[in-house]
Amino acid sequence: MRNSETLAGGPQLGRRSFLKASAVAGGGLALSMSIPIASRAMAQGGPAELNAFITIHPDNTITIIGKNPEIGQGIKTMLPMLIAEELDADWDSISILQGDTDAAKYGLQLAGGSFATPMNWMPMRQTGAAARAMLIQAAALRWGVDPASLRTEPNLVVDPASGRSATYGELASEAATVAVPDPATLTLKDAADFRIIGRPIGGIDSPKIVRGEPIFGVDTQLPGMIYAAYERSRVFGAKLVSANLDAAKAAPGVIDAFVVEGNGNAEELVDGVAILASNWWLANKAREKLEINWDNGEWADHSTARYAETARELMAAGEPQEVFATKGDVDGALASAAQVLEAEYHYPFLAHVPMEPMNCTALLREDGIMEMWAPSQTPQGGLQAVAGYLGVAPDKVIVHITRMGGGFGRRLTNDYMVQVAAIAKQVPGTPVQLIWSREDDVRTDFYRPAGWHKLRAGLDEAGELVSWDDHFITFDIGGGAFNPAVMSAEEFPAKYVSNLRYAQTKMRTAVPMGALRAPTSNAMAFVMQSFLDEVAHAAGKDLPTLLLQIVEGEQAEPTTMGFAGPQVGFDPGRLRAVTHKVLEMAKWGQPVADGHALGFGYYYSHQGYFAEVVEVSLSDRNQVEVHNVWTAGDVGSQIINPYGAMNQAEGAIIDGLGQALSLAVEIEGGATKQSNFHNYQLPRMPMVPQIHVEFVLSDNPPTGLGEPALPPVIPALTNALFALTGKRVRSLPIDTSLFA
Amino acid sequence: MAYRVTINGETRDIDAPEDMPLLWVLRNELGMTGTKFGCGIGMCGACTVHVDGVATRSCALPVGSIGERQISTIEHLSQSPVGAALQQVWLDEDVMQCGYCQAGQLMNATALLTSNPNPSQEEIENSMRGNICRCACYKRINSAIAKVAAEGPSNA
Repeated sequence: MRNSETLAGGPQLGRRSFLKASAVAGGGLALSMSIPIASRAMAQGGPAELNAFITIHPDNTITIIGKNPEIGQGIKTMLPMLIAEELDADWDSISILQGDTDAAKYGLQLAGGSFATPMNWMPMRQTGAAARAMLIQAAALRWGVDPASLRTEPNLVVDPASGRSATYGELASEAATVAVPDPATLTLKDAADFRIIGRPIGGIDSPKIVRGEPIFGVDTQLPGMIYAAYERSRVFGAKLVSANLDAAKAAPGVIDAFVVEGNGNAEELVDGVAILASNWWLANKAREKLEINWDNGEWADHSTARYAETARELMAAGEPQEVFATKGDVDGALASAAQVLEAEYHYPFLAHVPMEPMNCTALLREDGIMEMWAPSQTPQGGLQAVAGYLGVAPDKVIVHITRMGGGFGRRLTNDYMVQVAAIAKQVPGTPVQLIWSREDDVRTDFYRPAGWHKLRAGLDEAGELVSWDDHFITFDIGGGAFNPAVMSAEEFPAKYVSNLRYAQTKMRTAVPMGALRAPTSNAMAFVMQSFLDEVAHAAGKDLPTLLLQIVEGEQAEPTTMGFAGPQVGFDPGRLRAVTHKVLEMAKWGQPVADGHALGFGYYYSHQGYFAEVVEVSLSDRNQVEVHNVWTAGDVGSQIINPYGAMNQAEGAIIDGLGQALSLAVEIEGGATKQSNFHNYQLPRMPMVPQIHVEFVLSDNPPTGLGEPALPPVIPALTNALFALTGKRVRSLPIDTSLFA
Repeated sequence: MAYRVTINGETRDIDAPEDMPLLWVLRNELGMTGTKFGCGIGMCGACTVHVDGVATRSCALPVGSIGERQISTIEHLSQSPVGAALQQVWLDEDVMQCGYCQAGQLMNATALLTSNPNPSQEEIENSMRGNICRCACYKRINSAIAKVAAEGPSNA
């Protein structure tokens, strides 16, 4: 089933999609691919817009639209590579423009979930192939030959029979008048003929970045623009009762200050006070002069200490609110097991802290349009939220997508967009740039949820895993498009254990939570792969051996419809391949340096399979020193841009190590205790180990790389520390006093 | 208060409170947005500029304290042979992901190689530890600096 050509290739353009100007690819996802009919002006020598993505200019240069938001994942370079490949374009002739937010024209514009690669692999290539077919058709008409007799070189249509050729620029105007081909009739290139895909290509915006040119959201400058700071309660869920703004209004540079009433949705707008000034530093400084009375309601005594205490009580009581996956007789199997293991695991809240603090620029124009320059991973969602808040139709909001100084999931939530819209609404005709301080960012994030797990495993006489039980203590965080405080009913090794129970109990909180890079996986990998390592040791084997035994003889799951369209089912063969590969890379089982040890971790997330080995030692002061990380990953048949791929894998690994070694957000008095980089300590250059990455190519459509390399490095590290010290890390971040 | 400050070789007249950090003078008073705001407390290095050639955190440098000292920013980096060489290797090695911290990384790396053209691996790491890269492009930043150090600015 999964070998069906269409399914295995990932989502594709519908048969009539170009002509009908939109198409629905599966899973409720609208992937609209319009090709505007070329205008007369284009036919008369102007640039020809062959479809929504490609414009070929008479001078033989090409403009391609980058439709998705760029957060550093390299998508603004990568999606145009797919188009350029099938267009058979000369990469050096291409400039890439960031498309504005426009669902009708571009389909889903999202930076998240490692979705862009699987969702766009075929449609972007088909888009390029359609334009190439139109150029060939134009040349065939001009020369009076069969289009099938023509071929292309980069930016050139060639007639091998006569030796004549014409550049794309020469043919563009004529091409814009030929019929748009049916995507189903297009032949895509064989991988062996790729000239651009698979080539390491540097980031398209990098030259501007090294010169310090304005390109990020916070670099937006408009004539007459003023700056805004926003004071909200540090206690989550608090409401503003009253505010005295007189002193703030009198502060140097301050233009105005006013109360903004929230709309009851913390993902959009909370109560606060806006201060407007000629310079952001002056606006931010004037916050010290505000006198605000907050009603903290029931939340001011909430704390991580209290959550931890409650979680321990709930785990001890052992009466979960809900059993969400069950199979066989887990209690019976535990009672009759030869060995029973029991352990409690914990991980903390985490912040995203992208380097560019939250910001957004907005102008309420005279024509009533709210025009915005937004660093958002979900600009379409932001547009809808702003329109909803303002009570206007979505076409009254324009959202320009800016490059972002990192995302990591923080910018999936658009509260800063609604905030600046609420402020700009008060000063029509004046552009306003809202900037958050780093303290605002750390204190009012949508955090990776903390969680607690009470795990039990039963082994039979032969050391086989026969029972697997987890009571997960999490939070009730209400609605929202994506709930990151959940655990999948299929969490590995659920499918492969005959007696299973996954249960959960939720605690109430006002702490906002959201998706952090590799959401849920960044936590579950640590818990599950660590406890499986405990099982392996109890059974007298190592973790990779246990994993390979668990999936021994198991077949691939069928392809299903997922958010990103057809999704190839979980394939134990791919688990096996990356595991074998990384063991070979790390020389697993062979002696390591004195005082060093290796640990293994594996995880499947975002359709990517990653197995990783970490080499660790402890310093004289029991500080953890990571020396090497070996990584084998399978994200399908093709690494599209090796530069971007290596960057994502290396970055994700260091990100994961940083989480394990030092990161935690603590809540005290209903508010976040951490505030800036002195007490939320990100990895710095000296901690970076040697990182060795290899990709195992498999016969599957390419999938994303923003996330799946992160989760397994955490248990690989903690499992290595167990191998080194015999001490099991069951709580993050790693408390080095464990090794004293 | 009125101040006269030399930035990238040009004399600029500024009207701002004396305690306004240079960062916000650059970004909001002069419209020079290449120098980035990251933390505001000198902990991340995104706002690094050169003050008389020394890498300095502009978020913690009050405009009133600059006096006659020469300020140089990322917009001017290509005028320095070391800076230009680093910019080129940054592109050749595809160092960056989001790129937001890179102005500060480049300014700090330029100051390092200008004062110490052949740093050891340990010296590179210690000199660059004040600059956070949230995307964690550290491996590439490190190797790009080492490459310029090995080849010299004119050969890069």
